[in-house]
Amino acid sequence: MGAGEMSAFVAGLCVAALPLLAAGFWLGRRTARTRSLAGLGTPVEHATFETLHTASLAAPPLRAGLTEETARKAARRLRTLLGTDALCLTDHEAVLAWDGAGEHHRAQIVERVAGPLETGRGEAFRLTCEEPDCPLRWAVVAPLTVDDRVHGALVACAPGESAVLVRAAGEVARWVSVQLELADLDRSRTRLIEAEIKALRAQISPHFVFNSLAVIASFVRTDPERARELLLEFADFTRYSFRRHGDFTTLADELHAIDHYLALVRARFGDRLSVTLQIAPEVLPVTLPFLCLQPLVENAVKHGLEGRIVSAGGKCHIGITAQDAGAEALVVIEDDGAGMDPELLRRILAGEVGPSGGIGLGNVDERLRQVYGDDHGLVIETAVGAGMKITARLPKYQPGVHSGGRMPAER
Amino acid sequence: MNSAYTVPAVALVVVATVLVGAFGLRISRTTSDFYVASRTVGPRLNAAAISGEYLSAASFLGIAGLVLVQGPDMLWYPVGYTAGYLVLLLFVAAPLRRSGAYTLPDFAEARLASQAVRRLAGAFVVGVGWLYLLPQLQGAGLTLSVLTDAPDWLGGVIVAAVVVATVAAGGMRSITFVQAFQYWLKLTALLVPALFLVLAWQHDGADRPVFDEPAALREQRVVRVDDTLDLRLGHPLGVTATGTVDGRRYDGEHVDLPAGTHRVDRGTELALTAGDPVPAADHGSNGMSTALAEGREQRPLYATYGLILATFLGTMGLPHVVVRFYTSPHGVAARRTTVVVLALVGAFYLLPPVYGALGRLYAPELALTGDADAAVLLLPDRMIGGLGGDLLGALVAGGAFAAFLSTASGVTMAVAGVLTQDVLPSRGVGHFRLGTALAMAVPLAASMLVGGLPVADAVGLAFAVSASSFCPLLVLGIWWRRLTPPGAAAGMLVGGGSALAAVAATMVGHPAGGGLYALLAWPALWSVPLAFLTMVLVSLATPGKVPAGTPAILARFHLPEELAGGQVRGAAPDVPEEGEDDTWARVR
Repeated sequence: MGAGEMSAFVAGLCVAALPLLAAGFWLGRRTARTRSLAGLGTPVEHATFETLHTASLAAPPLRAGLTEETARKAARRLRTLLGTDALCLTDHEAVLAWDGAGEHHRAQIVERVAGPLETGRGEAFRLTCEEPDCPLRWAVVAPLTVDDRVHGALVACAPGESAVLVRAAGEVARWVSVQLELADLDRSRTRLIEAEIKALRAQISPHFVFNSLAVIASFVRTDPERARELLLEFADFTRYSFRRHGDFTTLADELHAIDHYLALVRARFGDRLSVTLQIAPEVLPVTLPFLCLQPLVENAVKHGLEGRIVSAGGKCHIGITAQDAGAEALVVIEDDGAGMDPELLRRILAGEVGPSGGIGLGNVDERLRQVYGDDHGLVIETAVGAGMKITARLPKYQPGVHSGGRMPAER
Repeated sequence: MNSAYTVPAVALVVVATVLVGAFGLRISRTTSDFYVASRTVGPRLNAAAISGEYLSAASFLGIAGLVLVQGPDMLWYPVGYTAGYLVLLLFVAAPLRRSGAYTLPDFAEARLASQAVRRLAGAFVVGVGWLYLLPQLQGAGLTLSVLTDAPDWLGGVIVAAVVVATVAAGGMRSITFVQAFQYWLKLTALLVPALFLVLAWQHDGADRPVFDEPAALREQRVVRVDDTLDLRLGHPLGVTATGTVDGRRYDGEHVDLPAGTHRVDRGTELALTAGDPVPAADHGSNGMSTALAEGREQRPLYATYGLILATFLGTMGLPHVVVRFYTSPHGVAARRTTVVVLALVGAFYLLPPVYGALGRLYAPELALTGDADAAVLLLPDRMIGGLGGDLLGALVAGGAFAAFLSTASGVTMAVAGVLTQDVLPSRGVGHFRLGTALAMAVPLAASMLVGGLPVADAVGLAFAVSASSFCPLLVLGIWWRRLTPPGAAAGMLVGGGSALAAVAATMVGHPAGGGLYALLAWPALWSVPLAFLTMVLVSLATPGKVPAGTPAILARFHLPEELAGGQVRGAAPDVPEEGEDDTWARVR
């Protein structure tokens, strides 16, 4: 074999190794999940493990509520748990899933389940069947109740009467009910988060409205053209912040809103305020929670001009930077103003200090965490007298975040 | 070749790339002019960026070499490379942009809401990226060694170092401008010398090149054979040999070689006389252009179709191309961008065949030594000579390095992004540097290790793998509502996996030739249908696994953005279903 062939062989090996590595990775993850319990403890303990394991497998689908899909996934596990020939889960109208033999009993079951679903009490009854070799002669109905309301029923079918099965079916039904209650809880938590996001939706501060109108009023006589322009800026900004569709916006739109905002602020403070922009155009289409940068800029303006109003000619400089950083956009807003005691800031962000401390930062931080996860909160560098630098990392893609739709993402 | 001008030219390109990357044009604006600063990238700028990133070493050097060695059949390469964007335009561009996905794994997650498919797509991105990086590094090595007698590996190491340094240092802050700059640089570097070369050719009064005849020498030329090879002669040929031919030593003696195959050992010098047809080399050639020649000759029709399919359908799965579309503000802009890309790329691809054709006239012996890829670099010196030739040569060399740098940095960033996001455990921003180093280290090591490998085909093979994994995912994902996560995963594994396996077999095996070799060397023709078929069948077999929000997601893909906001709300189901993972996209 020549040197060329040898190296070609090595290259081929490298390429061939790729799918092998991928397959190995996948297999490893697969097998790691379902570790065998065999050989652990006494047979009784082993049986307990088995039961608990089966129950734990049935739990995840049920946590999504009672639908055909989840019932189908859970019914298989539940039948293993009960060890019966057939098991089905129903809601008020129909059989959601049937696992095991004798599916021709569906209609009959639906008929007989109506009673227990009404009363919420379990029942056992005999099944009539035309087919001679059908193993199902007897069925136990155990209702599934969530918050005292009957959601459906678990029906276990067996060849003959069995007190053990009645008891076991009752216990399993209770366990399933608990899972469904948890699913309900999950749903209310999602709703709560949505409501919270809605509540957190930044509002423009009333002070800003008053101040802007006052500034515009001051120009009406001296410079009507300027006043008209400012009024239009004000209209644009309020239109943006009052818009109703969508919780998300693009960085470009948010920057436009900041532009309108700064135009009004500049009208008030004149050339005491200077702004530097460094925007990488690649990140302009990034989707981000609505009005989550404007409060930061407002904060920077406030801090930058704080304590300088008295001293004539005190100038403030604000820098806004948006960088492209691979799969993320890095937005930095800094001012050279009064800064803040880091300890106080920590308490504000933790919600220990009242709204006067600065509701903007805490609100933005909380929304970013809810949308992108806890590692995407604001990073704030500050000290007294040293200005403030706020960094936000915005992923370019996050499941469920679209500037068009109204989709809160939950992680 | 005079390196007095080329080294500064290459250095200039590197420095310009770093500078434009670090400062950009808009990033240094220090006014408060929001309107200008927050203007999104227009279709023309973005299209230039996409083209700059797309036109790689294979386009800049490889096509001319292929045309030189194998004649007009190879014109399918530029056609395929361009037409890939037509398919992208028709089926993918706008919906892909509207999906909000930044990378291909993002798209998989957005469409199928499955972490498993996402990770699989990530693995293929890394695989395709590495296959694509390999020839860039090798091309850089070849360029530098042709121009300056540097060792083969040096060019690759320089490109790798520059790319890793700029990308890892966050230096590609204004990548759109860098890549757009690179496109115009590459176009200039090919266009200006091409004009002079055509003028020189006209002035020369040479015959118009006849492609169908074997390339013939116009003057006496001494060819030094760097690597042992087999010569196939259709007619007897008289040469003056210094070295070993057919096991016999010669020392400047005249040899009459009869028709047939002759083995020429490494280091032999053959002096060919004017008017002789240039014999073709069999094996041992290490260029980008000659590797799969055998397969193509045996199955020309099949190979051509394989090539067409791979390049037509593979473009949409190139990771560094896909991420550029994110820069477009909306779907319509993405579509417009693609149209401009078609024009820009099409214009560029008119030039390499010119070099190939002129190379057949003026430097046909390159086909013999396996350095056919150097044709573009050597022609200015060969045809014009003097200071002018040197300057034009330096321009071409600079353009070639721009090609390596832009494509390599784009692919490296895409691969590094996937490595950081989906493979390496998350540990903050600094982690991206590790991903970058890793993304470049593997192909660099491979390019050093497998110096003699026919790597330009790695570009074709990267296209084949991409066409058999990402093309079905994108096309079915966008146009077929019954696609399921298991179906997508199976299709990608079967199609992409088998294409990868065929690639590996081609690289390892030197199969004895025949139908099997052609099948393995051009896998796209069977692996793409296989991938589609698997994806469709497995999806149909698992109807219960269609992701819950599919109608809403597809509505968002296909409706204009202003409409989609309302539509998504209307079409969404009330209760989200729980997927296998917590990160199930909830559509409400």
